[in-house]
Amino acid sequence: MIDIILDHYNYWIVIFLMMSGFYTVISQGNLIKKIAGINIFQTSVFLLYISIGYVDDGTPPIIAEGYTTYANPLPHVLILTAIVVGVSTTALGLALVIRIKEAYSTIEEDEIHDKDKSL
Amino acid sequence: MIEQNLSLLLVIIPLLSAPVTAILPNARSAWLLTLAVTWTCLILAGWQITLVTDGSIISYELGGWSPPWGIEYRIDAMNAFVALIVSGIAAITLPYALLSVEKEIPLEKIPLFYSAFQLCLVGLLGIAQTGDVFNLFVFLEISSLSSYALIAMGEQRRSLTAAYQYLIMGTIGATFLLIGIGLIYAETGTLNMLDLNQRLQPILDHRTVHTGFAFIVVGIALKLALFPLHLWLPNAYKYAPSVISVFLAATATKVAVYIMLRMVFGVFSDEFVRKTPTDHMFLLLGAFGVIMASATAIYQRDVKRLFAYSSIAQVSYIVLGIGLSSVLGVTAALVHVFNHALMKGALFMACGALVYRLGSSRFENLNGVGRQMPWTCVAIFIASLSLIGIPGTAGFISKWYFVLAALEQESWPIALVILLGSLLAVGYVWKIVELLFLRPASDSTATVGEAPAALLVPMWLLVIANIYFGFNTELTVNVADTAARMLGLGMNHE
Repeated sequence: MIDIILDHYNYWIVIFLMMSGFYTVISQGNLIKKIAGINIFQTSVFLLYISIGYVDDGTPPIIAEGYTTYANPLPHVLILTAIVVGVSTTALGLALVIRIKEAYSTIEEDEIHDKDKSL
Repeated sequence: MIEQNLSLLLVIIPLLSAPVTAILPNARSAWLLTLAVTWTCLILAGWQITLVTDGSIISYELGGWSPPWGIEYRIDAMNAFVALIVSGIAAITLPYALLSVEKEIPLEKIPLFYSAFQLCLVGLLGIAQTGDVFNLFVFLEISSLSSYALIAMGEQRRSLTAAYQYLIMGTIGATFLLIGIGLIYAETGTLNMLDLNQRLQPILDHRTVHTGFAFIVVGIALKLALFPLHLWLPNAYKYAPSVISVFLAATATKVAVYIMLRMVFGVFSDEFVRKTPTDHMFLLLGAFGVIMASATAIYQRDVKRLFAYSSIAQVSYIVLGIGLSSVLGVTAALVHVFNHALMKGALFMACGALVYRLGSSRFENLNGVGRQMPWTCVAIFIASLSLIGIPGTAGFISKWYFVLAALEQESWPIALVILLGSLLAVGYVWKIVELLFLRPASDSTATVGEAPAALLVPMWLLVIANIYFGFNTELTVNVADTAARMLGLGMNHE
């Protein structure tokens, strides 16, 4: 039992980060905190992909004499793309929060809701 | 030369012209370039579909790297069909956009607006063209990010919160898809759809594959606005600029339907769908979606919102077709993807024309406007008939195939749900007819003029297409049927 947890500790971290990020998005009313939650959520997926590339006794994927087992580089390349996507999403999300702050002078979800109702 | 690179050109042309559009000095030149790009795409997509309707496949190796190592664009009838819908709607939206955008978007932002529009087009066309699941995720995010930005350009401040909500939901959906892709990659070591399909067959009972499948389906369902994950959609369509409502309503959810079909049947298999509770889940959620969304539409006080809820209902019909997981069901789904794009395109264009003249799409501002804007309102009326599925309109053809597909499997409850959905549609369409034509005009609507011809012509082209494809079903049904068969669905089962 302990072995399962210790051998796959990276996956447990992934699950923990995924759930805490997801929970933050759902539970928080503050728009910036929601973006932070999304970020943690996405980061957990980056870790998941990087873990997939791991090969037992593998070295970094550089061709050199004497080394025959390499880590799989493809998931790492994929996740570079996903990181770029994540950065753009965060940037766009934060830009929207700035515009919302200008328009409503608050970034709390319930207050924004009240202001739209009162119109 | 062009024919060899056709599938790539369709994606690369808008991708290259988008940054150019962003730095153009004025609104008219940005519009002109976008117009040229969209019509070029339409011509290429039209050319492409003539090459694959006989059931042949175009395989394009990106950068000369052979699949499954390199990215492959693999075009069969379904890809070409979706690409044609997307580029066709983009091309017909652009003439409409000129006046509408100038009225709703600040002049200095118009080049950026068209740039984002082209990026959205790139994303949607890329999804339709690619044969690589990770590439598909990237294109999905390109189209989503640009549509968040486009929705946020609406006139009211609520467009900002609508875009924000869509961003959160959309990102969660896309990340779920990414997790699912990661899990099936871990099991198979490939990202090419065809290769995945072959490698997954022997290991379909692995738990990792099941988990990956669940993540992928839920992720796409968010993008698809499948009930009960539809909450982002009504506000996004309502508060977006008129042109964006037209474009997204007619294409974005349709492309998500394509991803669902491709993933569920193309990458996994119909056998897997029936072995797991997936088909029942689709049928159940689809049936709930049809009834709940249609019933909610009746209570709306705003035409754009009403049609947004009706969109959710129509997507639910399509999900019913997927859930039947037969050739006929998928044919019905694909035919409805096409026909619904025509209906919602026409309807949101008409809503845009009302907003153009009256500045609002709320019911209290539209009393009796049918006498002043007869062309716009008759367009709404005819497109709504198509939405209900009156014989002689495109909508009838889709409903007919849905009912046929349901009866083929003797699923009487599903056939009943489809008929009940149509009855509810009569309910909300009647509300609009009564509002536009029967109520006395108020002060604001008594003096308003008809919408300008630049808005009316594209709108009526789509209305006429609604009637034309109600009689001539050769293109839609034949292509959809070829596409459904190529997904490897069994002829009949159970």
